[in-house]
Amino acid sequence: MPDDATERTSSPFVRLHNVIKHYGGVVALDGVDVTIQPGEAVCLAGENGSGKSTLIKILAGVEQATGGEVHIGGVRHTTLDPRVSAAAGVMVIYQDFSLFPNLSVAENIAFSRELTDGEKFASQRRNKQLARKVLERIGVDISVSERVENLSVAHKQLVAICRALASNARLIIMDEPTTALTEREVRSLLGIIRKLKDDGIAVLFVSHKLAEVLEVCETVFVLRNGKLVADGPASEFDAASLTRHMTGRDVPDSPPSTAQAVQNLLLEVSELHKQGAFENVSFSLREGEVLGISGLLGSGRTSLAKALFGLVKADSGTMKMEDNSIALGDPLAATQAGIGYVPEDRLTEGLFLTQSIVRNVSVGRLDSHTSKGFLNLQSLTGEAADWLKRLTVKAPDIHADVKSLSGGNQQRVALARWMARAPKLLILNGPSVGVDVGSKADIHDIIRELSQQGIGIIVISDDLPEILSVCHRILIMKNGQLTDEIASGTIDETELTHRLAS
Amino acid sequence: MKVLSTPESRLAIITIAVFVMMSALSPDRFLSEGNLTSMAFQFPEFAILALAMTLTMMTGGIDLSVIGVANLSAVVAATLLASLAPAGIGTLESLPWLALAYGAALIVGAIAGAINGLLVARLALPPILATLGSGLVFTGFAVALTGGSAVMGFPESVAWLGNGTLFSIPVPLIVFAALALALHVLLTRTAFGLRATMYGANPLAALYAAIDTHRLLLRVYIISGAFAAVAGLVIMSRANSAKADYGSSYLLLAVLIAVLGGVNPYGGRGRVIGVVLAVLSMQFLSSGLNMLQVSNFARELIWGALLIIVMLINTINWQRRHVTTTPSGEKS
Repeated sequence: MPDDATERTSSPFVRLHNVIKHYGGVVALDGVDVTIQPGEAVCLAGENGSGKSTLIKILAGVEQATGGEVHIGGVRHTTLDPRVSAAAGVMVIYQDFSLFPNLSVAENIAFSRELTDGEKFASQRRNKQLARKVLERIGVDISVSERVENLSVAHKQLVAICRALASNARLIIMDEPTTALTEREVRSLLGIIRKLKDDGIAVLFVSHKLAEVLEVCETVFVLRNGKLVADGPASEFDAASLTRHMTGRDVPDSPPSTAQAVQNLLLEVSELHKQGAFENVSFSLREGEVLGISGLLGSGRTSLAKALFGLVKADSGTMKMEDNSIALGDPLAATQAGIGYVPEDRLTEGLFLTQSIVRNVSVGRLDSHTSKGFLNLQSLTGEAADWLKRLTVKAPDIHADVKSLSGGNQQRVALARWMARAPKLLILNGPSVGVDVGSKADIHDIIRELSQQGIGIIVISDDLPEILSVCHRILIMKNGQLTDEIASGTIDETELTHRLAS
Repeated sequence: MKVLSTPESRLAIITIAVFVMMSALSPDRFLSEGNLTSMAFQFPEFAILALAMTLTMMTGGIDLSVIGVANLSAVVAATLLASLAPAGIGTLESLPWLALAYGAALIVGAIAGAINGLLVARLALPPILATLGSGLVFTGFAVALTGGSAVMGFPESVAWLGNGTLFSIPVPLIVFAALALALHVLLTRTAFGLRATMYGANPLAALYAAIDTHRLLLRVYIISGAFAAVAGLVIMSRANSAKADYGSSYLLLAVLIAVLGGVNPYGGRGRVIGVVLAVLSMQFLSSGLNMLQVSNFARELIWGALLIIVMLINTINWQRRHVTTTPSGEKS
């Protein structure tokens, strides 16, 4: 196979050659070549579902490549496991940082070093010494005896970086490093990255929002549907071209449909309050309106969504649907009032993976197909099949387990379940997380169609192009409060990013 | 092989194999009419307990209190009968008292089940611990009611449920068949059954799908308790007495049968037909071992080992299916 990227004079720290990964019949990576030099900062860009996470997992030794070559530190690894990978100097900082919240900063930093050194006994003094040394190295001042749960998100991230450094990292992989950071915190992170590079440590940024870190990177790789669609020096990319490569589309999504005529009030939320999650939340929604709620990770957006559906019980406040109050903290009452909720995490919250596609669609319609105590399986299956067809779910067998479907089709099944119940209000939390570009566009079309039918929709998402393209109105959430309300068409992505993170 | 692709077809083959093996080892005794009939009278009591276990396991739970509930229900029925309907009275006269006693047993079973359901659903205790504890409490109540000794002295009509025949079919077998069919219909043809199965597959998703999980679990454990009460009545009838500690080996057997029958102990998967086949193979094995004069201790050892082996086979099988289930059906 012809390949020009492998013949380089300097010896790269990581070299992936023609890496392939299949999950069952699903191709996650399709012949990907990536090289990372020591001390180089690299961007790996791609939308959700493009194969980024799979690539990280292969480098970290969590998953084995189905085909191709993985070289780390000049050694070819045919079988890699997390210990081997860590010993070779590859450290991954996942989005949740994988820290121990109940332990001190020092213990967290020294933890993996203790493992690799094979120390049998823990020593607080040695831990603190090590932690101080590493913190000093990146020029950060955090108390080493503070418990990690008391730190801000940005500081937790720094602790995670220090832990990687303490175990002699040569490549630090950062998964979505900026999602929960304010602009100022991002800037200070970039400063630290520069220091790491000077020390010869390579950094791999993996994200779907990369414009922010572009300035410290030398090289950019863009993945789309498991294939490397673009790579080259960072100077050749800007936010627009990155987006173009990631989505495969030249034009951004059309701006949201024309302003709605004045419609009837559907939902009225006032003074909703939940200790430690959100406070004083008031807003309203009209029939057929698509309302976006966006905020950084940890802003309280998911708690709010759950509270609207009754999964989290708000401490105080009221919710009214069409002028009727709804009991707080009761999903059944919310459902009866016509509210539906498609959760963020399809796999653990949304779907019954080991149950059939039909059952997953019709679980909310069982009572309607029951007569004299018995289910009419025929009408139940027929109705589910209709919905699957309407949402163009590609399923060879609708009685097969729902886990056999791809992400995009699974999300459509989750949507079909609620659409079958004819809701008046649908809350969609991250409606297109982990689905391919084609399905994403379809899901957006579905949202628009539902809106035209007069169904009110709340989209909770940190995918700004998505929010901008489907929502009539956008609410911004910060530290549990709604801080900003923006009408669609009056703002672009850069400005929205700025307002979210400032 | 296609034939072996479902747990039920594997089980059918095992059941036939055990039957053939026992017939070959001891043809004149195992295949005798006496043995076949006595097997049909023997298995229903623990088979009904296995049905109760099946239902709770479908939700990812377990009901370890079934034997406690069975004995408590039977003791209540027996105490009522012994004090209200003297042993000498005629069959017709005894019927109202019998109905009252059976009704009381079912209510006791349902209440015991409701207590389990509340512990599991409202108080969110792990089913295995909640029912282990409640089972001891129920047994304790039965001991308190009886002072630990057997209650006996019933009218003759009591014997019918455990020892009688209807059109020359053993009555306990008919009771088991009816309950098995009812459970099958409940699990596959009612909203409740589908919800219970789906709750077992993913309790969190059930919550997000706005299923009333508290009510669901409460009903599951009430039905389990009522089934256990029926088993208790069959035991009482066959023993012609009721005691707080009858059938203590049945608990392990009921769990074993449900798992052997292909019910996933993590919930969400299982079919009544599989459980019925497992009951038959266990009874064949048990009778056969009896005839080969294998001691009781060795039998428990065999059952325990069997439980572990079957779980291993099923787990490996589930894992393999997990890997190979793809849209195209190809192996990775």
